[in-house]
Amino acid sequence: MDERRAIVDLIPRLRRYARALVGDRAAADDLVQDTLERAWIKFHLYRDGTDLRAWLFTVMHNVHVNRIRATRATDVLDDEMPEMAQRPAQGDSLMVRDLDRAIVRLPDEQRAVLLLVALEDMSYDEVARTLGIPIGTVMSRLSRAREKLRTMMLGLPGAAKLTVVK
Amino acid sequence: MTTELPITEADLQAYADGRLAEGRRAEIVAWLAMRPEEAERLAQYRGQGELLRALYDPVLDEPVPKRLRTVARRGPRLRNLARVAGWVALGAALGAIAGWELRALESGTPPALAEGASIARSAAVAHVTYSPEVRHPVEVGADQEAHLVAWLSKRLGAPVRAPALDAVGFSLIGGRLLPGDGDAAAGVNPSPVAQFMYQSAKGQRVTLYVRTEAGDQGETAFRFAREGNVRVFYWIDRNFGYALSTADMDRPELLRVANLVYKQLNP
Repeated sequence: MDERRAIVDLIPRLRRYARALVGDRAAADDLVQDTLERAWIKFHLYRDGTDLRAWLFTVMHNVHVNRIRATRATDVLDDEMPEMAQRPAQGDSLMVRDLDRAIVRLPDEQRAVLLLVALEDMSYDEVARTLGIPIGTVMSRLSRAREKLRTMMLGLPGAAKLTVVK
Repeated sequence: MTTELPITEADLQAYADGRLAEGRRAEIVAWLAMRPEEAERLAQYRGQGELLRALYDPVLDEPVPKRLRTVARRGPRLRNLARVAGWVALGAALGAIAGWELRALESGTPPALAEGASIARSAAVAHVTYSPEVRHPVEVGADQEAHLVAWLSKRLGAPVRAPALDAVGFSLIGGRLLPGDGDAAAGVNPSPVAQFMYQSAKGQRVTLYVRTEAGDQGETAFRFAREGNVRVFYWIDRNFGYALSTADMDRPELLRVANLVYKQLNP
């Protein structure tokens, strides 16, 4: 089987995960590009016949973590949900876009676990191997990510809702 | 009664993901039947999964950018060759402005210019991201302009205004809040950024990107930058940095709009 072909076929999934991980489209595609570059450089470490997808996600994780380390100071996390504006007659995707906001406010390591489970449908074991963490850590990060998202989506706690200024 | 193992949070997560063996699942179902709050919490977790997929699955159907396809097809590399190729590709991908920033850094250009280049690039990226949106170009529409301005001012921590550009044929569609870049290396945390979007009768769009600057930066002249097909005029005026972007007009036309923005903001 030609790995090039297989890797090309995996690009959409890498892009989906990257988009959810970093938020911005251009930045996400940069992350995918760096991941692909890195994958070919490190390709001698890939063991034939093993899960290529999991391996690529591991490469992406490493690239991402290295980038975060380089920009740690900007990683400001706070528990307060940004004010949700009253939008004009666009109720259709309000929840989805609130989630968009909330997801970027999760700590990076929690977000990664949640996304691999929810988007990639990886088993907890695969997530543990992909991220190089114990399975117990996978479970606790998953639990914390979901609970944090839930409270953010409910507008709790202390989510200062902005009142409409007339 | 059952002699079940104690139910852990990990079991509940696995239940929410539908990953438990049938026997264990039945135990959890029974356990949850007596704990409606827990059941509700897990239902919300499942809902999150659905929302996440609704939000991000559309990426799977987007056309794959050529640059990614090209890299993916490249095949295994010898280390050094790959490194060189990587830098070349990265350089190409980052485009003209980034290259300019890099040169600015290398040649020891004063920080103000590098700063300006970064606002131009961020503004261009934001323009490209949001201006093609048909259904959700803005978060808050122009019909709630007072609210929009109050909201953005509050989040930026400084009074921002949406200039009226009707005199040059552009009307306000609305605006949105964006994450700022910050400058990690300098230890500066990002404060949010505002984007106002305008449209002409012909459907041309311009976005005004407004961010707060640390302290009074004085005033700079208009500077022009190009990122791909996006043209940007940017300037700093005391506590604010502004960048006006478009992909639909040439430089002189955009300059006319920029002049009006400036006048509107400095009456």
